[in-house]
Amino acid sequence: MYDLIVVGGGHAGCEASHIAAVLGLKTALVTANIKNIADMPCNPAIGGTAKGIIVREIDALGGLMGIIADKSHFQIKMLNNGKGPAVRSLRAQADKITYPQNMLKALDETENLTIIEGMVEDLIIENNTVKGIILANGERISAQTVVLTTGTYLKGNILIGSENNPGGPHGEKRSNHLSDNLKKYGLTIQRLKTGTPPRIKKESIDFTKMHPENGDDKYYTFSFDTKPLYKINDQQKCYLIYTNENTHNIIKENLDKSAMYGGYVTGIGPRYCPSIEDKIVRFADKPRHQLFLEPESLYYDEWYLQGFSTSMPRDVQEKMVHSLPGLENAIITKYAYAIEYDAIDPLQMKPSLENKIIENLFTAGQINGTSGYEEAAAQGLIAGINAHHKIKGVEPLILKRNEAYIGVLIDDLVTKGTKEPYRMLTSRAEFRLLLRHDNADLRLRELGYKHGTIDKVRYEKLTTKISTINNIKNILRNTNLSLSKETKEKFTQANLEIPTSSVSLYLLLKRPEISIDFIKELIPLDYDNDILEEVEIEIKYEGYIAKAYKEVEKMLKLEEKIIPEDIDYNDILNLASEARQKLEKIRPKSLGQAARISGVNPSDLSILSVYLKKKYNK
Amino acid sequence: MFDTICAISTSRGIGAISIIRVSGKEALTKVAPLFDGKNLLEVPTHTIHYGHIVKDKEIIDEVLMSVMRAPKTYTKEDIVEINTHGGVATTKKVLEVLIENGIRLAEPGEFTKRAFLNGRLDLTEAEAVENLINSGTDLERKLALNQMSGKVSNKIKKVRDIIVELMANIEVNIDFPEYEDALVITLENLPPKLEAIKKELENLLDEARIGKLIEQGIKVAIVGRPNVGKSSLLNALINENKAIVTNIAGTTRDIVEGELELKGIRLKFIDTAGIRKTDDLVEKIGVDKSLEIIDSADLVIHVLNNNEELTEEDKEIMAKIKDKTHITFINKDDLPTKINIELKDIVIGNTKKDSGLDTLKNKIIELFELDNINTSNLEVASSVRVIGLIKEALSSINNALTNVSKEIPVDMLAIDIKKAWDLLGEVTGETYQDELLDTLFSKFCLGK
Repeated sequence: MYDLIVVGGGHAGCEASHIAAVLGLKTALVTANIKNIADMPCNPAIGGTAKGIIVREIDALGGLMGIIADKSHFQIKMLNNGKGPAVRSLRAQADKITYPQNMLKALDETENLTIIEGMVEDLIIENNTVKGIILANGERISAQTVVLTTGTYLKGNILIGSENNPGGPHGEKRSNHLSDNLKKYGLTIQRLKTGTPPRIKKESIDFTKMHPENGDDKYYTFSFDTKPLYKINDQQKCYLIYTNENTHNIIKENLDKSAMYGGYVTGIGPRYCPSIEDKIVRFADKPRHQLFLEPESLYYDEWYLQGFSTSMPRDVQEKMVHSLPGLENAIITKYAYAIEYDAIDPLQMKPSLENKIIENLFTAGQINGTSGYEEAAAQGLIAGINAHHKIKGVEPLILKRNEAYIGVLIDDLVTKGTKEPYRMLTSRAEFRLLLRHDNADLRLRELGYKHGTIDKVRYEKLTTKISTINNIKNILRNTNLSLSKETKEKFTQANLEIPTSSVSLYLLLKRPEISIDFIKELIPLDYDNDILEEVEIEIKYEGYIAKAYKEVEKMLKLEEKIIPEDIDYNDILNLASEARQKLEKIRPKSLGQAARISGVNPSDLSILSVYLKKKYNK
Repeated sequence: MFDTICAISTSRGIGAISIIRVSGKEALTKVAPLFDGKNLLEVPTHTIHYGHIVKDKEIIDEVLMSVMRAPKTYTKEDIVEINTHGGVATTKKVLEVLIENGIRLAEPGEFTKRAFLNGRLDLTEAEAVENLINSGTDLERKLALNQMSGKVSNKIKKVRDIIVELMANIEVNIDFPEYEDALVITLENLPPKLEAIKKELENLLDEARIGKLIEQGIKVAIVGRPNVGKSSLLNALINENKAIVTNIAGTTRDIVEGELELKGIRLKFIDTAGIRKTDDLVEKIGVDKSLEIIDSADLVIHVLNNNEELTEEDKEIMAKIKDKTHITFINKDDLPTKINIELKDIVIGNTKKDSGLDTLKNKIIELFELDNINTSNLEVASSVRVIGLIKEALSSINNALTNVSKEIPVDMLAIDIKKAWDLLGEVTGETYQDELLDTLFSKFCLGK
């Protein structure tokens, strides 16, 4: 008898089982193949825009992804550096061999956690409550709670042209019956699709025809607790190439042979990550598209052709790849494929990620309709924490939209649902200026400490950081610029206008052209770069940040208007029927959440608001 | 449907007929028993029936009963309209009978509120209804009708579409930094795009200025020292044009002393402590009061005496109105000129001989460009709320423009741009604002 069984060893499953075990639950991670724990079946990268911030949030809350990624990458970059602090985000090229190895090691070292090999085909359900799992061999394992993180393995189908093979990534066995059984218990199942590009043998690539892309020449870590473990100069290069007219013609001529356009796919794919044939059909006027070649690992010689995801048959893929510069003689080691899989309707989840129909059952990752390692890991973390809280009778951890991208992610899923694999974007967050990568610990560590996932040592590190930041701010407030000859020279050297009057360094830093690095020339500030960056952002963008907090207040006001759980929407006259159906299905917790449901119009909200006032005096 | 409400929908006062509107789920079942005529529960929708309102066997009035069943009605609910014939007292009596039978008296604006809540009107349209009811001049009526038909919403939606396109472009750059398929928005190419949006908003505001003129008229304050002839000027202007002199309480604390229509625009003369009275005592407090009301006026007419040198008081007023739209009227040109003044926008005249009045009016037409009002194309926003929101949106775009020049990164500028988009969404009701509704609807007159 376990407290928690996590089904699936992908990024969601790893985080869920780890954090639950840390919290003290007797936890089992059941996976079909231990070799595939923390597998990266698609791109060899952790992070990216918005996703890199999610990794930091996971780290701030006690998750593993950031720490493991720091140990396992061979290139790291800060994206969007020039576009402003609100949208900066880390991305690392992670090694597909060492990342899973390091993760498995971390899980092995976690107390209270057992890893079991087996294919889960059914759940033990009594009175709409989950009591355990049933394996393909009929073995039953009981547990108080279950987290399903099945990825693409629920009735997975691999499609290459007209070939259609049941199975997960790498031709692994799929779960044939679990999704049917979930349907039987009342869950709605939808079919989704994603895809991955071909892999190329390194020796067959002519890199001289490609543009190299280097890592940054600055040290970064995802985790707030690790020091950089790499050398800037040891970072591996990626390469940039473009498609050409020839490539496009091959694709156009063979369009009906692709699984997508030939009508072999029934699942819905992501718009933001289109296959190359999609790009050519939808953006017919574009003469070329960017592609990146990225090494998958330092320990084998396959390269990943990012941007070239396709479901064309093998012979066409050969022609397509050979039309690209530097890949004329390329050897394809793995053909691109599309994969279809079953997912649940996320509208059937509570914000805690517990299922609304089956009690004590939680879901995380692709089964909830998301895409991406980071999105999956984030949900896994929350599901693990809330499975623990459910058992202990503690209020679930529900992050708000102004607190974390993870909050935005889950709120979007349980409020709006999704019809295509959901990927996090910075534009999904209305308060992204507050949800920065640099302040993820300031936002979330204290919460982690309260919920038991952050230990005292790490919490004290946070409080020290906060007081250091405040100290530096005070120093800058209380130090006036001396307009000595020496200082003036520094301005001239930096090609900056010399201030006409003496101002505090705090006000000086507010000027767009003055950086904290320049301030460091005027006054000794011997602190870590991340602390100085934090100080700089908080001072320089104080006005915008204050504005954002005002907007947050507005949102929270609506968020505070709680809709009672027993509300009967049929009792509210005049709701439009679409709004009534959506409200009935989603059962939002607050007027604020109701406002975000598509199909619930302002007039419906006013009616609901009037009703709440009348009936409950809220 | 909501509960059933009723109110007198036609204006108060003695008219040939008055209409009582009843709307709600029980409109038919509650009115039918009071009606001696056809069975209203069985008549087809959108039909009119002759009969009597009877209460306890007593005939209250002879009426025409219009029956309109949901959803094709003003409120999208069942509506019964009772055309009564008997003047104020009888109409009131019919209303009382309805209330006695369990129909609630409507709150101000409640019919329109329901039309909005039931999805028949958007916010700007709902506001327009109020304006339509209150419209005095023909221009006002046209403006209100255009606003009600959603033309203003469409214009604002167009600007929103331009903004959202820019926003989407910026977001693509941010979320997909490595892809060059989309134009990269930089601090160099952003300003022209912002300028274009700014221009659209300014055009809206410019049109709104005209809209406001039409809808709200021009508030005029006649100010000056005692005994310079303020009251005679007002009387001369009003009498000559046979304008209705009323004591209408406006939306602000101002009391309108009289009105004059000029090129379809109402000039509303605001009370300057009873300047129409000739009582010396009242006139004496004129200056202090004048200074106070200058702030709230759109136009100040400063009256001076041709026969006297400028006094300190005159100069005080002149300083105060320096930055306001104003005209100086020098009265008593029949007396020897003693005044020592050189100012632009001066009109010399004499209220006793009615001289200089046309010049004064032409000056007003010139100042407010009243000749340029295109009456055929009145698709302009006019309510104070709408103008306020457009102004805020404009200042948000201006903010973005200033910050571009300061080289503030694009993620910050995106905040300003989105703010503008949200504000314009509030105009059309696409952005949800809880408090907005209450303030908006409390302004409606009873019965619509």
